[in-house]
Amino acid sequence: MNKELTKYYAPGHSACAGCGFPAIVRTVLGELKNDVVIANATGCLEVTSTLYPYSAWKAPYIHNAFENAAATISGVERAYEALKKKGKLPNRNGILRQAQDDSQKRIKFVAFGGDGGTYDIGLQSLSGALERGHNFLYVCYDNGGYMNTGNQRSSATPYGAFTETTPTGKESFGKIETRKNLMEIVNAHRIQYLAQANVAYLADLKKKAKKALETDGPSFLLVFSPCTNNWKFPTSQYVNVGKLATETNFWPLYEIENGEHKLNFEPKKITPVTEFLKTQGRFKHLFKEENKPHLEEIQKLVNEEFARIANLCEE
Amino acid sequence: MNKKNKKLALTGGAAAAEALKQIDLDVMPIYPITPQTTIIETYAGFEANGEVETEMIKVESEHSAMSAAIGASSAGARTATATSSQGLALMHEVLYIASGFRLPIMMLVSARALASPINIHGDHSDVMGCRDSGWIQLFCENGQEVYDKTIIGMKLAEKVKLPIMVIMDGFNTSHSVENLEILETKVVQEFVGEFEAVSPLLDTENPVTYGAVALQNSYFEFRIDQEEAMKNAEEEYEKIAKDFEKISGRKYDIFEEYRIEDSASSADRAEKIMVLTGSAAGTAKVVVDKLREVGEKVGILKIGLFRPFPHKKIAESLKNAKEIIVLDRAQSIGTFPPFYSEITKSLYEAKEIKNIKSYVYGLGGRDIFQKQIEDVFADKIEGGYIK
Repeated sequence: MNKELTKYYAPGHSACAGCGFPAIVRTVLGELKNDVVIANATGCLEVTSTLYPYSAWKAPYIHNAFENAAATISGVERAYEALKKKGKLPNRNGILRQAQDDSQKRIKFVAFGGDGGTYDIGLQSLSGALERGHNFLYVCYDNGGYMNTGNQRSSATPYGAFTETTPTGKESFGKIETRKNLMEIVNAHRIQYLAQANVAYLADLKKKAKKALETDGPSFLLVFSPCTNNWKFPTSQYVNVGKLATETNFWPLYEIENGEHKLNFEPKKITPVTEFLKTQGRFKHLFKEENKPHLEEIQKLVNEEFARIANLCEE
Repeated sequence: MNKKNKKLALTGGAAAAEALKQIDLDVMPIYPITPQTTIIETYAGFEANGEVETEMIKVESEHSAMSAAIGASSAGARTATATSSQGLALMHEVLYIASGFRLPIMMLVSARALASPINIHGDHSDVMGCRDSGWIQLFCENGQEVYDKTIIGMKLAEKVKLPIMVIMDGFNTSHSVENLEILETKVVQEFVGEFEAVSPLLDTENPVTYGAVALQNSYFEFRIDQEEAMKNAEEEYEKIAKDFEKISGRKYDIFEEYRIEDSASSADRAEKIMVLTGSAAGTAKVVVDKLREVGEKVGILKIGLFRPFPHKKIAESLKNAKEIIVLDRAQSIGTFPPFYSEITKSLYEAKEIKNIKSYVYGLGGRDIFQKQIEDVFADKIEGGYIK
């Protein structure tokens, strides 16, 4: 494997074949210009990369708990400032508290969390860290549910999706609520840079990661991360599933830089959202005749949200 | 004592803040809760006046305060925080992570009752709720002890690589102003020494992974290691407290024996020993003095180090008593109160069968008076509650 790509996150982790997040992690960390310390919320990424006595991490890494990746990285980042100020950073040879000139040692702080650890249980911790203005990038890989525990609904799960806690049945067509708009919530903190990206568009993700890492202060990336296991599609299809999410406007690519919205991808022709939905077992039930109104509802939701974003981008 | 040591009138909370200032903290994540705020407000005042270089992180919950403390300590920073009651309960999950990571985080606890019903006043329910969390727990009687044990505790935590709670009684101690003797800052700093983290995250040349998954083949061993480290803390505490006595003239044994051996003669040895801790110990000492005046053979064993619990030494101290009276400021609903359980276990292990009485007092800040303690010694209180 490419040495640069595996500089911080080694092969040999136990993520599923066809999982989106390894490419997200490598693409984001590939844009680093400084040393890095990584925090990670409990979730698929964490359990598949840190099975003692092994670790896939070749950079300093901390997993604390599920809901506190942002609070944890806050502590690491302030420790860096405190020790730098006192001239007590570990030096290049790893000798503690004897650094002669550590003012040059620059470290960036990056946190990774899934949608459960970010939209739900970690939202307060993220909000606090954004408000305090720590110098960190938070990356949420969004696979629309609690996949590590076997596919339960989160507030990122799309309307109509089957999960183990929103099963389909005589009285149920899957999840009845629409997704929480995390970009809007994060944007309400008025941070300098945030973007919605997709693992199927790596060049776009790369650009966004660069900008996010260059931001002095908090920045945020929300990255679409298809889950082969629980969305139920063949492992070979994750890029296609990802591409269809954006081509159907289900997952628009956009960024907000200093308050300015910018659309990063506009499909030449509009593909109906059913093209995306039909690739996955979790939406299979929606294609039954009786669920037709729900498919129409999803198309309506997608159109409205895309129009809203496009409108903000034109302003 | 050293004439350079100054006397200051401080609340228990401010005394803790004074000690933390002298220790030279790197990071202090904070979140307010009564009756702990005297600590963080005092420290924020130091920050505002440029008296400390500490990075304070004013977080949005106690859970985040402890989470940030874990991040900072793993990064290699000397870290402290403070809390009480619901705040400590909210931290519960991450307390185990701090101790599992073997991080020497200092936490001042201004001990307070737990809801419901909600009550902001002192008792020991909060700290007892986390007595199995792998933290060293050190109780204080008054403001001077809070100041001194914060300094001792920081050194102890860093020596044995375990987090520590230094515990004062909410309001009784945290808000009472006392005249305290404060050591010179350079003496404190020399005593505590520089903090050298073992594998700090900020040592980017030597990357480490904190918080790995450990399964059936390794988890058990990590837990045994923690137990060993905790056991070791008893001996290390004694050494550090002895060294502290040299710089301060103040002696803090693992627990305090008050008039148990009242003279060189074994005839004066206490026949009734009251076991308790915190601010109520001060009241009990006054009562013991009075009773000793009239010839009653009574004494006190004041708990200091509660985790690790010094079973053997306590059994040794209590073995000559005819009656032991244990006062708890917390319940353990559904079983015996915490101190009582520990004392009976200590004596059982030492094969000493004693007449032991158990009382619960002071819940939700209820005052305890000299008269009530006298009545306890005279066996006049029934039902196990000193109300």
